[in-house]
Amino acid sequence: MISSSLIPCGQYKTSYGADTTIFLTPASRNWCVVGVAVALMVPLVASNYVLSILIQIGYYGIAALGLNILVGSTGQISLGHAAFFGFGAFASAWLNNKFGIPVLLAIPLAGVMTTLLGLLFGIPAGRLKGLYLAIATFASQFILEDFFSRANWFTGGSSGAQANPINVLGYEISGDRGFFYVVLFFLVIMYLLGTNLLRTRDGRAFVAVRDHYLSAEVMGINLTKYRILSFGISSFYAGIGGALYGHYLGYVSAEGFTILLSIQFLGMIIIGGMGSVMGTLMGTAFMVLLPEATEGTVSTIKHFTGDIPALTSALAYLKEAAIGLAIVLFLIFEPDGLVHRWRLIKSYWKLYPFSY
Amino acid sequence: MESSLLFQLMVNGVIVGTLYGVVAMCFVLIYKSTQVVNFAQGEFLLIGAWTCWWMVTSMELPFWAAFPLTFLFMMAFGIVLQIVVLRPLIGEPVISVIMVTIGLSIFFQAVMKSIFGVWPQPFPEIFPVKSVNILGLQVQPAYLMSLVVSVVIMGLFAWFFKYSRMGLAMRATAFNQQVAQSLGISVKTVFAMAWAISAMVSALAGVVVGMVNGVSSALSFFGIKVFPAVIVGGLDSIVGAIVGGLIIGLLENMAEYVDGQYLHVGNLYTVAPFYVLVIILMIKPYGLFGTKTIERV
Repeated sequence: MISSSLIPCGQYKTSYGADTTIFLTPASRNWCVVGVAVALMVPLVASNYVLSILIQIGYYGIAALGLNILVGSTGQISLGHAAFFGFGAFASAWLNNKFGIPVLLAIPLAGVMTTLLGLLFGIPAGRLKGLYLAIATFASQFILEDFFSRANWFTGGSSGAQANPINVLGYEISGDRGFFYVVLFFLVIMYLLGTNLLRTRDGRAFVAVRDHYLSAEVMGINLTKYRILSFGISSFYAGIGGALYGHYLGYVSAEGFTILLSIQFLGMIIIGGMGSVMGTLMGTAFMVLLPEATEGTVSTIKHFTGDIPALTSALAYLKEAAIGLAIVLFLIFEPDGLVHRWRLIKSYWKLYPFSY
Repeated sequence: MESSLLFQLMVNGVIVGTLYGVVAMCFVLIYKSTQVVNFAQGEFLLIGAWTCWWMVTSMELPFWAAFPLTFLFMMAFGIVLQIVVLRPLIGEPVISVIMVTIGLSIFFQAVMKSIFGVWPQPFPEIFPVKSVNILGLQVQPAYLMSLVVSVVIMGLFAWFFKYSRMGLAMRATAFNQQVAQSLGISVKTVFAMAWAISAMVSALAGVVVGMVNGVSSALSFFGIKVFPAVIVGGLDSIVGAIVGGLIIGLLENMAEYVDGQYLHVGNLYTVAPFYVLVIILMIKPYGLFGTKTIERV
């Protein structure tokens, strides 16, 4: 969507409106439409395994976009995103089980509930920044995790909560094929909203707060308001993503939302590219595919050497180690993320063979 | 019964608190001299303890030989880590540095788990007696040793920063890097030394805890508990780290007492420090002894 590369040479815009469209060039718009159209066709050919991975990319991608608005665009660090993600999952299941609200309506409502929680936990963000905020959100992750394991009325405690499948007009959407379309629907809407947000006054205020908070304040941006608002919006995305996750699995348990997931979310936006909407999706895809790739590598090794029991038992830890290693290597060698690399590739081919 | 339980818990609190204090001191050392928030501090304990355990059990070295070897290994480890991973990140934004240490923390934890497994492994017995009687309390000798070791380390730190050449250089660097450099202090060496010392002393704490509870990946939780301690004490104060560690250690055990006797909510022990952390951050973000930063444009 918004990207600064491949804009036709020269500036021919005559209005501010033309400068802040969602799609900078007709080509980028057309490619996005084509991309969604292709995605609509995917369930016709793809296997259940591929579909389940795409669904994962979908719901994690929604939550990661929220984190990218908070961290990449507003410059506020959050180490507690998984807790909000989990809260969304529990909230949606709770609304559906307790009040009988249809699931399709419970998902956005869960997003709203998570927003309120995010606004509450965002209050420290009004006062703190940088690493102090990181530590505060780190603490909120543990506090919320503790809340999940304790609040029986809300989460079902240690036994977890049941999340019903989605029901549209009496027709139950079950299986990966149906759920894929639900996730795609939410993904497209949330990504359009996210891109749109970044070109409004609020979105530009976020960027101003990130780039230089004192100058932003001098220009009349209420720092506290926008910092907390950014937390709220990011929690909304986390809530929607979490609710989709819950209804996809059909069961929500408190163990799934640990600090490791929070770090994975941060990894997604770092690997994808901070502050970039499309980068978020790339980073999420990378992070979801990484454990699969690790597993694939291990089974290839086993194919050649025969079964190594130590390797099989260490597989779960190897996946974790791969996540940590990927984050470290990206920060050292490609701190601007995959989206930067993608732009370089595009401009290379655009100018090929006369790159000067 | 109740009061003796309370007293026992208080003693536990002081012992655990001093250990927190030592780890917090290592954390502050890195933060103060290199401006890096080290989320992988707990993994230093873990790696140190596993290395020592491996030398004692698999290589069958006597403990007095394994201990210094662990120290040497951790020193090299700290220096290599600083040079390979942290040095390229000097001047990058806070989030990148934080994320790198978090990434390292996940990586090392997973690697340690895949090598040594998840189950706690006990150290072979080092002390001949099971417990000693002090003032009517049964105290494990390993606990006593940890208390003594912690106090000795604190004394050594005080001496190091007050009188030794390297310590003075580190303080100068923490005060102002440019001025320190123009006075002929190698800032690169100071950074590497800060990581080396921090890794060494953390490993020592790890070995001590490992002797008491057995070595397992639970050790890395110390690295998380360090945050409440350093925030209470102030992020850049060594004295604050010790005081903060003691406060958090006592607070944890008090929380356990209150929980066990009156509230019965369970698990208050692990969460209470984080509530304190949030409250302190809201009221007094620079902690008890931290320096207030004044930002100028």
